[in-house]
Amino acid sequence: MKSNRPTKLLIGLGVVAAILLGRIFYIQILNPRFKRDATKNSMYYEIVYPTRGVIYDRNGKILVGNKAAYDILVTPQEVQPFDTLELASLLDVEPSFIVEKMEEYSRDRKKIGYNSVVMLRQVPVETYYRFSEKIYKFPGFRGQARSVREYPINAGGNLLGYVSEVDADFLKRHGDEYRPGDCAGRTGIEAARERELRGEQGHNIFLRNSRGQIEGSYKDGEMDKEAVPGKDIVTTIDAELQRYGQSLMRGKVGSIVAIEPSTGEILAMVSSPGIDVKMLADIGKYWNEISSNPYKPMFNRAVQASYPPGSCFKIVNGLIGLQEGVLKPNYVYPCYKGYHYGDRVLGCHLHKSPLNMEESIMMSCNAYYCYVLKNILENKKYASLGEAFDTWHDYVESFGFGRKLGSDFPAELSGFIPTAKHYEKMYKGRWNALTVISLSIGQGEIGVTPLHLANFCATVANRGYYYIPHVIKASEGVEIDPKYYEKQYTMVDTTHFQKVIRGMWRAVNSGAGSGGTASIAHVNGLNICGKTGTAQNPRGADHSVFMCFAPMDNPRIAVAAYVENGGFGAAWAAPIASLMVEKYLNGEIAPGERQDLEGRMRGGNILYKVKKN
Amino acid sequence: MQGNIHERGLRQSLDWSLVLYYLLLVLIGWINIYASTQSANPSSIFDFDFRAGKQFVWILSGLGLAALILFVIPPQIWQRVSLPIYGGVVLLLVAVIFLGSEVKGSHSWFQFGPVSFQPAEISKISTALLLSSFLAQPNLRLSAPKNLAAVAAIIILPMLIILAERETGSALVYVGFIFVLYRYGMSGWVLGFAGVTILLFIVTLTASPYTSLLILITLISFINALGQKHFWKWFWILAGSVLVLSLLPWIHGLISEAVTAAQSRIDSTYTVTLPGKEPHVPFGFLKAVKPIYLLLAMSVCALPHFIIKAFRSRDAAGYLSVAAFVAGMILVFSTQFIFDKVLQPHQQRRIEVLLGMKEDPSGVGYNVNQSMIAIGSGGFTGKGFLQGTQTSYGFVPEQSTDFIFCTVGEEWGFIGCFIVILLYVLMIARLIIDAERCRDPFTATYGYCVAACIFMHLFINVGMTIGIMPVIGIPLPLLSYGGSSLWAFTVLIFIFIALYREEKKYY
Repeated sequence: MKSNRPTKLLIGLGVVAAILLGRIFYIQILNPRFKRDATKNSMYYEIVYPTRGVIYDRNGKILVGNKAAYDILVTPQEVQPFDTLELASLLDVEPSFIVEKMEEYSRDRKKIGYNSVVMLRQVPVETYYRFSEKIYKFPGFRGQARSVREYPINAGGNLLGYVSEVDADFLKRHGDEYRPGDCAGRTGIEAARERELRGEQGHNIFLRNSRGQIEGSYKDGEMDKEAVPGKDIVTTIDAELQRYGQSLMRGKVGSIVAIEPSTGEILAMVSSPGIDVKMLADIGKYWNEISSNPYKPMFNRAVQASYPPGSCFKIVNGLIGLQEGVLKPNYVYPCYKGYHYGDRVLGCHLHKSPLNMEESIMMSCNAYYCYVLKNILENKKYASLGEAFDTWHDYVESFGFGRKLGSDFPAELSGFIPTAKHYEKMYKGRWNALTVISLSIGQGEIGVTPLHLANFCATVANRGYYYIPHVIKASEGVEIDPKYYEKQYTMVDTTHFQKVIRGMWRAVNSGAGSGGTASIAHVNGLNICGKTGTAQNPRGADHSVFMCFAPMDNPRIAVAAYVENGGFGAAWAAPIASLMVEKYLNGEIAPGERQDLEGRMRGGNILYKVKKN
Repeated sequence: MQGNIHERGLRQSLDWSLVLYYLLLVLIGWINIYASTQSANPSSIFDFDFRAGKQFVWILSGLGLAALILFVIPPQIWQRVSLPIYGGVVLLLVAVIFLGSEVKGSHSWFQFGPVSFQPAEISKISTALLLSSFLAQPNLRLSAPKNLAAVAAIIILPMLIILAERETGSALVYVGFIFVLYRYGMSGWVLGFAGVTILLFIVTLTASPYTSLLILITLISFINALGQKHFWKWFWILAGSVLVLSLLPWIHGLISEAVTAAQSRIDSTYTVTLPGKEPHVPFGFLKAVKPIYLLLAMSVCALPHFIIKAFRSRDAAGYLSVAAFVAGMILVFSTQFIFDKVLQPHQQRRIEVLLGMKEDPSGVGYNVNQSMIAIGSGGFTGKGFLQGTQTSYGFVPEQSTDFIFCTVGEEWGFIGCFIVILLYVLMIARLIIDAERCRDPFTATYGYCVAACIFMHLFINVGMTIGIMPVIGIPLPLLSYGGSSLWAFTVLIFIFIALYREEKKYY
């Protein structure tokens, strides 16, 4: 027993040596943390911030630029006694702020050591210049150049999105790419194109000793890196049109979307009430105001609000009817102030009866489209109602409804178009064409966004195809997805479109007293084609809806306007949309009647009609 | 002719390998001291204004001391004068408390002009000498209470005085003499019991109760298996289950990460998130099932089984195992409980500092963190001589004395660390092997004492630089800068070499 104890002791010695070496192996080879720490430890990286890319409108106007600002840095170890009051007045802050900060630094002096800390962020240039004249009085203080966003035109607040310093939550999601103190685009284009706009940070490396004092440049700056500025982004937005749209929508809740049909480029995208660009620049300050606003200005109605399309949807049903062969332009149906089925009636307004397809579009007859949808759904071609209905659904979806269009704009909503299965479940199998007859006039279980509607209008303008709507143009160094160059055809033959366009033209251009629903949208010489909508909804007064494009041949703009609780389509949406068209095509609004209309639209305030959340 | 015999004797009787290890370690120390004090302004390794130059002087004088011990002082004298030396050193130890100058909170240094000297360093030698000469008595029964008390007194007296000087680290070295006692007959259970208690305590606080319990289960079942002679059966069952169990925390980590990731995917970048609301994720509840709960549930199920088994077979070892497991569990959880609930924050902090587990880079854990960063940044081959940025720019405190190992790690990498530790292990092993070959019990015991001292210093010092031992400043033998320490270890080692040479001369 006794003799093997030396052996045991030797084995023990070996084990302990193995433990020590194992642990050393772990921290030297296996665990990368210590290597990373080591470079941080003895090298001081002075970050050089890149300027963020500029965002332009389609005509080269700057929507979002940069202006210089300065962060005020303090190296507490180098601070000498100074005049607190003078510093406070130079920097435009309360003296108590400076006192508090200095006390905080003195508390954390061990942690800070010889490092610099940011005392004040984004001080305007004027303030900084004033301060820098007196900077000799304040050793230990210095300014660091940073750029902040500047918005020369008040256009497209919701669209552009804002930039802010990254928070803990954001860092958790993008831990590798961002560091505390960095800024990032948080919504809109700033977020969607963050990768391009951001640029790359550079750095200057210095060696420092354990007390944090800089000992000199590391390898004479050989490893330093210059900042790469962010790439500029060119948008498809027309800044003037965008601003004009915003001014028209003041005092109303709703949205306008304008698209160039021949490219799918979004010319304007207004969501009202929206965010003013002056709020974007300093979002933190206005955050409470924005989030307590009952009309939710952060909510981008153009792509996120799902509304019933109302009578605009009659065009869709008409086109499907034509394609399916159950409707011919010369078919005539009666309207007895509505469509009577069983003991029920789907009401209509007073107009000429009977009427043909063109007239039904011009006068927006409800009964006519009840016949059309009934014929589509009861088509003998199909074995069952379900099959016919799903065919209808597929047609509708081919126009982009009920799904995300795939625009480059974040947070696009898909809306809703029902399927046969939906109604099977809803009515437990007991349903027929008449049960869902309100779909014929764009009511019922159906939801589309203003973007959907504008895109549909562009499709009609193009006679049967659309380009996926988008807000970013390809420019030097910025590519866009090739899908934006591809024509998207619907399931309806292009030949059928001309027939409905005639109706839309007559709706606008038949003159007062003719029964055309959108005479108010008429502009001399522009050949606007449009369709009104008056969407019933559970949230109060009807929504005013209008979609139009112009000119009739070789259209250059398609607009959808949606004014919540605005009543008839002709009341608000049609004038607003037509003004947009006029502004875009003519550059100005014709004096006289048109300018009066413009004044009425701008001054109109119907917020009181809108339910607050 | 005396001279002739002497020279031939020297070549054959001297343990050259020990001398070689000694010289190599001293040389490595010198080079690294030079590197560690080398900052922006380079100086010569012989510049006496700097530590490397001073160390050179200490090394030369140390070699002089070694020669003195080898050639001038008759080796037989050590055993005879061990008691007076011991007495004298104890007096010095006491005196330094009152007369010594204060260095970093401890009263353990005598200051004579530019030269300072620490009695605690030579007290290792005197204690080793007296302990050896006591144990060398013929027919000594260590288990007799009187003898045990005497041995304990020899070790504990200087230890207590050194503790009073607030040199915790140096005092801890004396624990190493327990290995010597084990070699000369003390029951191994004492060693084992003390070891396991300390291990569980430290592991619970630094790692987790879970790890602690795994270790406990492994140990108890191992002893059981040895007792019942089914080692291999135990080995395979346990190896499998411990492997699975030790993977659990890792799996749990993966699950929590996945759940968190899924949650943050849900609140997309573009919607405004509500703070404090955790989105629902399928299987998200798995995050709450911690491995320790599983282990506890298993233990509660398994215990009755073992109790019944022990009862049926009337097996005392079975009862003991169950009792040991329960006792161990109580120790583990009471450690955690006492630490969390009973201790005041400042007491917790002190223990955390002692265990070097405070994650506070610029606070109490600064030293360990910096030292681990320095070593870790060395990688496999190191940054090369004088290329270390961590040590030479002053990030590592005490870089040429207690933390000299960091410089080795940073500039010479894993290879350097391996060589240094290998040299120590070879030296210690050589001391043990030599001791076993000795006929004179005094020489043999003394050899063990020297081995134990070097071992404790090595383990505590290196362990402290890599974060597995608390930061209690003791030097790395022969490598660290400082005359006291270098001289003390030189004398300690060369007394053995001289004694061993005497042994070899005559057989």
